[in-house]
Amino acid sequence: MYAKKIVLHFPHSLVNKPILHKLSRDYELEFNILRASITPDEEGLLVLELKGDEPDYKNALEYLKKEGVKVQTLAQDVIMDEEKCTHCGVCVPMCPVLAFHVEPETKKVIFIQDECIACGVCVDICPMNAMEVKI
Amino acid sequence: MAKTIKEINEKIKKGKAVVVTASEMIDILEQKGSQAAAAEVDVVTTGTFGPMCSSGAYFNTGHTSPKIKFGGGRVTLNNIEAYTGFAAVDICIGASAVSYDDPKNKVYPGEFNYGGGHVIEDLVAGKDIELKADAYGTDCYPGKELKTKININDINEAVLFNPRNCYQNYNIAVNLSDKIIYTYMGALKPNLGNANYCSAGQLSPLLNDPYYKTIGIGTKIFLGGGIGYVSWWGTQHNPTVKRNDLGIPLTPAGTIAVTGDLKQMESKWLRGTSMLGYGPTLTVGIGIPIPILNEEIAQYTAIRDKDISAAIVDYGTAYPKGINESIGRATYAELRSGTIKISGKEVPTGSLSSYSKAVEIADTLKQWIEKGEFLLTESVASLPGAESDYKLRSFKVKE
Repeated sequence: MYAKKIVLHFPHSLVNKPILHKLSRDYELEFNILRASITPDEEGLLVLELKGDEPDYKNALEYLKKEGVKVQTLAQDVIMDEEKCTHCGVCVPMCPVLAFHVEPETKKVIFIQDECIACGVCVDICPMNAMEVKI
Repeated sequence: MAKTIKEINEKIKKGKAVVVTASEMIDILEQKGSQAAAAEVDVVTTGTFGPMCSSGAYFNTGHTSPKIKFGGGRVTLNNIEAYTGFAAVDICIGASAVSYDDPKNKVYPGEFNYGGGHVIEDLVAGKDIELKADAYGTDCYPGKELKTKININDINEAVLFNPRNCYQNYNIAVNLSDKIIYTYMGALKPNLGNANYCSAGQLSPLLNDPYYKTIGIGTKIFLGGGIGYVSWWGTQHNPTVKRNDLGIPLTPAGTIAVTGDLKQMESKWLRGTSMLGYGPTLTVGIGIPIPILNEEIAQYTAIRDKDISAAIVDYGTAYPKGINESIGRATYAELRSGTIKISGKEVPTGSLSSYSKAVEIADTLKQWIEKGEFLLTESVASLPGAESDYKLRSFKVKE
């Protein structure tokens, strides 16, 4: 089983097209919507976890790109600024997917990018403004 | 065998003092017992790095030509309100100060990305700060308007003055209501979604000297990466609360006011902080050395997280209403495990105070003392203690 979290940007023209439906029907991918929004200028943004066979996943991505959907991998888009982080740990219980934990030895906060769904809670609540989401 | 501060200072000068951090002292006492530990160790260093809202700074900018009197007028620093009520060019800024233009909580929860605490951090970092002033003008101070930049290296005095820091123990904040709330203890999720705490626990200065036997007015300390002093007891000092067998207060108790020269501090240890929906503040690094004068003091400095417990308080209803009640207790060992149990529910914990930075502060102070760069002081007066009649009052609003 191949699983990946990705960010999809739908241009204005595609907002009304049933694209996700095809991912499931034609490429047999399981999808889990982690976050969705339509911005005021009507660009759609979708954070998805996709699961399935790797060839299917790759073909599905080709299809998305052909339709004009911009695809980004999620992990690169959430950043912890090590200079700013004081390792207080107030983010730890706020993260819905437990992407932060306190290392028992050093008491430092570790951010596991692979777990992150870019919901933005940590960005809002970090008192040091040490978390950035770039989507 | 009892020691004096003078004897310890002689050892420090010769580079022979034995200095350990409060967390190292725990193991020493466990292995060797309090008598041997007291004989062997000369100084225990403590540390804390957490948001301390009652912090601020005052400056003297020097006089311009023509002169201007800020007093009675209005001054902003990077658009943040400063206080001008001291003479002509002494100005004061508090960590919680906000710009008039800030939307505050009109767009709820307010972000408070820049406030008084951030001005202090930027000033200490050596950045230029924009100063805007409106004054009414007098015969001797004719200037009425000023817009310029100030820099910490060009002004006369720049002094950190914090009326209340280093709370001795603090509440654990939870939310029993059914909607998320934004507090100075962080965001609190509904229905016991998280429990936030704020103390360095076993490294915290006043928890290692619970009866203020060595920490008093005049005690020299690590403050914001430089040298500072305990200048008074802190506001809301409340030494007469209930304590456990080891002297640890069960609820928030002692506090200290601290002062020091901002020019020798580092922005790394004075960090502007934004509490979502609450406001700006300043995270302050403080380390206090405790001279091990006798066995009793050695025992105090070996306090462990499992010996320190804090009261769990509902910030959904009880706290804002001023109802003084707790819904349970948890120790710092439990809090640091990641979850605590409240009314049968496992509640994840979050800390506002950085333990790893507290360790770094205690280690830095230890190195300063070991190198002979930092000598201890005798306090010149004691803080009001547990046996005093000093009490925290609440504000009874008159009809």
